[in-house]
Amino acid sequence: MWPTRRDPSVRRVGQRRRREDLAWRWGARVASWIPIGGLSFVLIILVIKAWPAIVVNGADFLTKSQWLPGNTYGGVVHTHGVAHPMGSSYGAWPLIAGTLETSLIAVVIALPIALGTAFALTELMPAWLARPLSFFVEILAGLPSVVIGLWGVLEIGPFLAHHVYPLVANHVPNVGPFRYLKGPVGYGEGLLTSSLVLGLMIVPIIASTTRDLFMQVPALPKEGAVALGFTEAEVARRITIPWVRSGIVGATVLGLGRALGETMAVAMISGSVLGKVSPTLYGTMTTIAATIVSQLDSAATDGTGFAISSLAEAGLILAVIALAVNLVARAIVSRTGRLAAPVGRG
Amino acid sequence: MDQVKRTTPSDHSYPSTRRRRMTAVIFRGATLLALALVVAPALWLVIGVVARAVPHWQWNVVTTLSQGTSGGLENAIVGTLVLMAGVAVIAGSIGVLTGVRLAELSRLRSGAWARGAIDILAGFPSIVLGYVGYVALCVGLHWGFSLLAALLILSLMVVPYIAKSTESALRQVPTSYREGAEALGMPEGYALRRVVIRSALPGIVTGLLIALSVAGGETAPLLYTAGATNNLPTFSLLHQPVAYLTYYVWTDYNQPSDVAHYVSNDAALILVVLVLTMLVVARVIVARTQRHAEGTR
Repeated sequence: MWPTRRDPSVRRVGQRRRREDLAWRWGARVASWIPIGGLSFVLIILVIKAWPAIVVNGADFLTKSQWLPGNTYGGVVHTHGVAHPMGSSYGAWPLIAGTLETSLIAVVIALPIALGTAFALTELMPAWLARPLSFFVEILAGLPSVVIGLWGVLEIGPFLAHHVYPLVANHVPNVGPFRYLKGPVGYGEGLLTSSLVLGLMIVPIIASTTRDLFMQVPALPKEGAVALGFTEAEVARRITIPWVRSGIVGATVLGLGRALGETMAVAMISGSVLGKVSPTLYGTMTTIAATIVSQLDSAATDGTGFAISSLAEAGLILAVIALAVNLVARAIVSRTGRLAAPVGRG
Repeated sequence: MDQVKRTTPSDHSYPSTRRRRMTAVIFRGATLLALALVVAPALWLVIGVVARAVPHWQWNVVTTLSQGTSGGLENAIVGTLVLMAGVAVIAGSIGVLTGVRLAELSRLRSGAWARGAIDILAGFPSIVLGYVGYVALCVGLHWGFSLLAALLILSLMVVPYIAKSTESALRQVPTSYREGAEALGMPEGYALRRVVIRSALPGIVTGLLIALSVAGGETAPLLYTAGATNNLPTFSLLHQPVAYLTYYVWTDYNQPSDVAHYVSNDAALILVVLVLTMLVVARVIVARTQRHAEGTR
């Protein structure tokens, strides 16, 4: 016999389930505010902490090159009402330049390699080979950055400095931008090695996304293009890549974000040299993220807290760069639309 | 895609001009070169980690406590596992619920805010999160180097991974499931739990595993929130530092003693094995479920 609607047991079950509805609804609503709250908290703390440094360092912070904590045992001076050690002077230009240089070089190197990899995996390799290779590339994205940094400083850096950089430095013509490839090649720690390792770290991010996107491109337009006499390369350039362009932009920006914020690998490989922009691509340097991680320890010994504050200002600049990249990517993606369909749909 | 290749005429007059023929050959060569440029260094990297650690590997590393630049890694292994478990609970619940909100209940416009925050957090520099954890939680709130500070910062960092994979897993559940559940008179929450989330579970678990592997491999947000210790983790959330594997890789690789290098290399190997295991499990789950899934891919 079926229980009727009047049956009290039905109503009780119903109430319990209504309560479950509410629990899900409110749980999800509250939970989804936590990332917003967390992000706001982080940004607010960053601004509060950076404020004294912004007041004292002024606009020079962006252009000056020294990073001098001053004499922490000496007198305390007040500038604009902010206490800081005598002789302290902070300029973040080398850090900003280093961050942008390494990330841009990394993306410029990684993007074509990632596209080539994705194309080889989807169109050239037989399935039995493509599957494990794709998995391998995906896994590469998940390796801890400190392990990659260890490999960079122990193996690839010295290898490049001994066998590759001297060849390049000796044979490159001394004209135009190639001049940055001239000069002493160092021991494998520096700008170029950092960029190459960062590139290796972001290739998997771009490549695995692009591979997934390529696999979603329908066969029909590609077959049509081949029927019209397109070569493989022309199909890739005219059909496959334009079809998923916005997705590739998104993945590239994700990679760029990772490179900008990457800390451990760069801290290990860059040489962590403060105070100057590297004159050549081989020179030692540092980035904002690497500076924060390597300087926070000693900054904590500054009794006035000004060193910590200056690191916050550097961190704020990094956060602003990361946000700007994110916004630009959104603008690009929304302008080109979700799927750019270059073939007529009529 | 195979059809594309098969329909390519193979006689030598195709493509028509020499330049196009050259481009086609160069293009193919370049893509294979690109693949090699990714795979070769990656293989070198993984083999390098194994080759550095294995010659000096001793199993008691797993069972003895660290003495800083010598000794074992038991405290770091347990610490990393504790951190991962904590992240699974905190970031897991927040991330899954956020994903549910984004996929199922986002009739409200404020879902856009959550989505924006998650997108930004996904690309946010982890060291800046670590800095804020140190300044605000460890120093500002007087928590000291502590498990709770580390967990909160780490969770904030990986919530986007979980929320996004949950959202996309939920979106792949066929609408007919939801319609069927509604037609049977299931209330929304009940249908969500018994029908929708159940069929999206493999995707959710995969996202969780990926997030945990990321959390286990992080260094920058932990250095100034979890601190460092040679002891096993305690049960107190505050004022007690926690050891973790990445710390030993980072601090011991350039210490002036061979033993320290062994510690660093061993920690790197254990980390890689741990992370790869989780990623492989995640992959197996995906492969298993895709075989049975209808219509996806």
